[in-house]
Amino acid sequence: MAKLVHPKRALSTNPLKSSAPLGAALAYLGIEKSIPLFHGSQGCTAFAMVHLVRHFKEAVPLQTTAMNEVSTILGGAEQIEEAIENLRRKSAPKIIGIASTALTETRGEDVPGELKEIVARRTDFDDTKIVYASTPDFDGAMQDGWARAVTAIVETLVPRVTERDPDLRQVTLLCGSHLTPAEIEELVRMIRAFGLTPVVLPDISTSLDGHVSDDWTGTSLGGTPLDRIAAAARSAFSLAVGESMRDAARALEERAMVPYRVFQSVTGLKPVDAFVRTLMGLSGVQDPPPSVKRDRARLIDAALDAHFHTGGLRVAIGADPDLMFSLSTALTSMGAEIVTAVTTSQHTPLIERMPCDEVILGDLGDFERSAKEQGAQILLTHSHGRHAEHRLHVPLVRVGFPVFDRIGAQDACRVGYRGSRAFLYEIANTVQSIHHRARPEDFGAAPIAEEFEHVPHATRH
Amino acid sequence: MADALKSKIADVFDEPACGTNVSKSEQQRKKGCAKPLTPGAAAGGCAFDGAKIALQPIVDVAHLVHAPLACEGNGWDNRGAASSGSERYRTGFTTDMTELDIVMGFGEKKLFRALRELIAAEQPPAVFVYATCVPALIGDDIDAVCRAASEAFATPCIPIDAPGYVGSKNLGNKLAGEAMLDHVIGTVEPAECTPYDINIVGDYNLSGELWQVKPLLDRLGIRILGSLAADARYKQVAMMHRAKVTMMVCSKALINVARKLEERWGIPFFEGSFYGISDTSEALRTMCRILVDQGADAELLERCEALIAEEEAQVWADLEPYRPRVAGRKVLLYTGGHKSWSVVSALQELGMEVIGTSVRKATEEDKGRVVEIMGSTAHMFDNMAPKDMYRLLKQAGADVLMSGGRSQFVALKARMPWVDVNQEKHEPYAGYMGMVDLVRALDRSMNNPMWEELRGAAPWDEPLTEGRVLPALSGACPVTGAEGATRPVSLVPPLPPRSGAEGEAPDRVRGGGDETPVPGSTRHLPAGAAQGVAGFTSSETDFEDC
Repeated sequence: MAKLVHPKRALSTNPLKSSAPLGAALAYLGIEKSIPLFHGSQGCTAFAMVHLVRHFKEAVPLQTTAMNEVSTILGGAEQIEEAIENLRRKSAPKIIGIASTALTETRGEDVPGELKEIVARRTDFDDTKIVYASTPDFDGAMQDGWARAVTAIVETLVPRVTERDPDLRQVTLLCGSHLTPAEIEELVRMIRAFGLTPVVLPDISTSLDGHVSDDWTGTSLGGTPLDRIAAAARSAFSLAVGESMRDAARALEERAMVPYRVFQSVTGLKPVDAFVRTLMGLSGVQDPPPSVKRDRARLIDAALDAHFHTGGLRVAIGADPDLMFSLSTALTSMGAEIVTAVTTSQHTPLIERMPCDEVILGDLGDFERSAKEQGAQILLTHSHGRHAEHRLHVPLVRVGFPVFDRIGAQDACRVGYRGSRAFLYEIANTVQSIHHRARPEDFGAAPIAEEFEHVPHATRH
Repeated sequence: MADALKSKIADVFDEPACGTNVSKSEQQRKKGCAKPLTPGAAAGGCAFDGAKIALQPIVDVAHLVHAPLACEGNGWDNRGAASSGSERYRTGFTTDMTELDIVMGFGEKKLFRALRELIAAEQPPAVFVYATCVPALIGDDIDAVCRAASEAFATPCIPIDAPGYVGSKNLGNKLAGEAMLDHVIGTVEPAECTPYDINIVGDYNLSGELWQVKPLLDRLGIRILGSLAADARYKQVAMMHRAKVTMMVCSKALINVARKLEERWGIPFFEGSFYGISDTSEALRTMCRILVDQGADAELLERCEALIAEEEAQVWADLEPYRPRVAGRKVLLYTGGHKSWSVVSALQELGMEVIGTSVRKATEEDKGRVVEIMGSTAHMFDNMAPKDMYRLLKQAGADVLMSGGRSQFVALKARMPWVDVNQEKHEPYAGYMGMVDLVRALDRSMNNPMWEELRGAAPWDEPLTEGRVLPALSGACPVTGAEGATRPVSLVPPLPPRSGAEGEAPDRVRGGGDETPVPGSTRHLPAGAAQGVAGFTSSETDFEDC
């Protein structure tokens, strides 16, 4: 439906996207006892780490191969080996997830080849799994880096099987980068409600959900255990949430013959219905638990109450493709109109399916300009949209990454029947919070004569 | 009831300008026109409510409610009358009478003190003091307190004597009008009078409806001198006696004010409505004709016709794009008064079908108009019980319900589009431009893609089709410790899933589950769960339920 527009300009103003390696790092943080490692210069890591810390308000283990001038020219294999050795000594991670950066990709380093050589030679590294994803900063956005890391995890840690021996009560939940910890939790809750056990990959709902643990560790604080990732080979089915998870689902199918289904959205009535229908089929439950049915009935009521505010609402949205698509379709199904859609990556078939005329591959500068031209009434993007909010006097709903000027971003849940309900309330309440009082001039009426106005006088007291 | 109030009520009921009243016999007329309220089956507000509604849109006045908390506390700031100036009318002032005030008779003193504090803090042009049931019952002399306070604080304090128990909302409207006639109208002279000064009575400027019409008056050079009470200032009420014509908008509730303005100051009045295209044009025509009769230049009539022609052409042009989106849709109208007829004819003009309308508060004259517009009496109905309305809407006999807030949820729960056309609405639909807004609201509501989704089947309404067998749940419930179901679960469930005689079908075990029943495993399985046609055994042990 929509066509992709590349703005004709050289200057990018106020970036919308976060980089691909950051997405990969975040995905690695969803694995138990992991440390993400950027193969690049120190700054690549420092900026990404600060970005992650500002969003999650958590200490984030993130390391760097600290490429210097010499290694940049002569090759960084030694830097990788040294980094792995130091990380093992300091924090004893079970897995190190390596993400390349623009620096090493431009140089054209053969990291997979070098890693093979290092792992073969250094048998003392055997008890640490090493995963590598190629995530140059100059291609795609956070979502793409995340997706590549998840595919790399599958290809490295899920064993190849030649004969299928499925555990019919187990499913794999492949989570896209747009899901918050609370959203993963909600999907897990729904899956469990049907008597199924999910393998969640990656699972930031146990590592970045914002909890205080009993001990300090230098690795991720939770996440999918390694043996569970291997167990994904026996899952009856893969539920891939987010179009960007299709590659990972395919990789699982290819290695372990696990059939899959991609859910491009799990926000809004129909998308969640499809998810529930799949769970019914997988579990053989014709009559879902009362809680699921009640949540659906509540969502319908929420939609009835919210449609007065969403009907005809002019929405500007700026986000990674998966998030943009799921929120946009949920809003247009409620009668809203997407007047501005700006996204970060063209590596997705979702752009064509967007319920609007065009999608801009651009930045917040494009976002603000278009929102102004189109007379948007509400903005949906991450915290940096606050500048547009102030200049346009249009309220901002913070979605996506990063959300650094509000706490509890990890608790926002906009998926499932419950999350969709909360999302509708969020939008309707934001609309209502715009305090608009009708004025005579709105209708072209002349103001009232001054003669009629009361001039207060000092009373005798 | 105080004698003064009693005679006042008798007076407003005997309204010579009211057609219904005039046609009554002498004896019926004495009874008044209040229908006796039926305990257990009454709806709607009391006289105090009516008085407050009628006067609250006077924006710069402080409205002080002399009552225990409920009268103001439960009802303040709940209507959308818009103001172009002061926001004082939105502030809830009350004396919040306590048990001690009532038992010890401190009401009058408290009221006087409240007036002193209020006037010192706000310096309003006037304070309206509303009497309510409790002070009326214990005999607080509000008139006397107001007289004393007016003198002491050099600010008019106007008693509004309409305690709730005396009658309905409609009566309260009238009593409020009487209070204005007795204490306010005629107390201030305008700096200058013109032949183009009018009064508008009975409009409340909800969501700014007056301002949708005001540009038309501005263009004709007509000035709203007096207003009761749309976006009104105190002075505008006080100057009402100098206008040349009074327009009574929509309702007969304040007919006593219009008639007495004519009796006392010779200002003619007419009834008109700004809802709908033809009614708006008709109101403007009548207004201009009377102004000319009253001494305005006759060229006003020409300008008025030119304006009407231009505006009507414009509004039809503006409505045209909506025609394909609303044509053929069925509207069910459920409103009280007669104000919507002109709207109905405009909707019909756009190709919509009005399938029914309530005539519960309509007069015979109104009913005649229904027949005129709709062709027959077949579409008229009196009251409709919510249950019947739900059924009618559920059967999709209509595409949209236009009504007041009370039937909102009947429509919504039947998953039926609903457009608010009563006083609580948030959008103004008056004049020519309001008609476009109304049609836009209808379009937005009916054509929201949400309805189709909401009316669609739930995932569990369709039977599952694939045939596979799942092994039984493994492990115990972490909460209750109960062991999971030990039978495998088939993917071919019977329909309906949980009906039929209990334990009729034997539990057939298929696939690789544990075939030995675990003691206690039936404890948490409902009796119906183990039966069915195709050996389907649904497990009840998920973590939600146990």
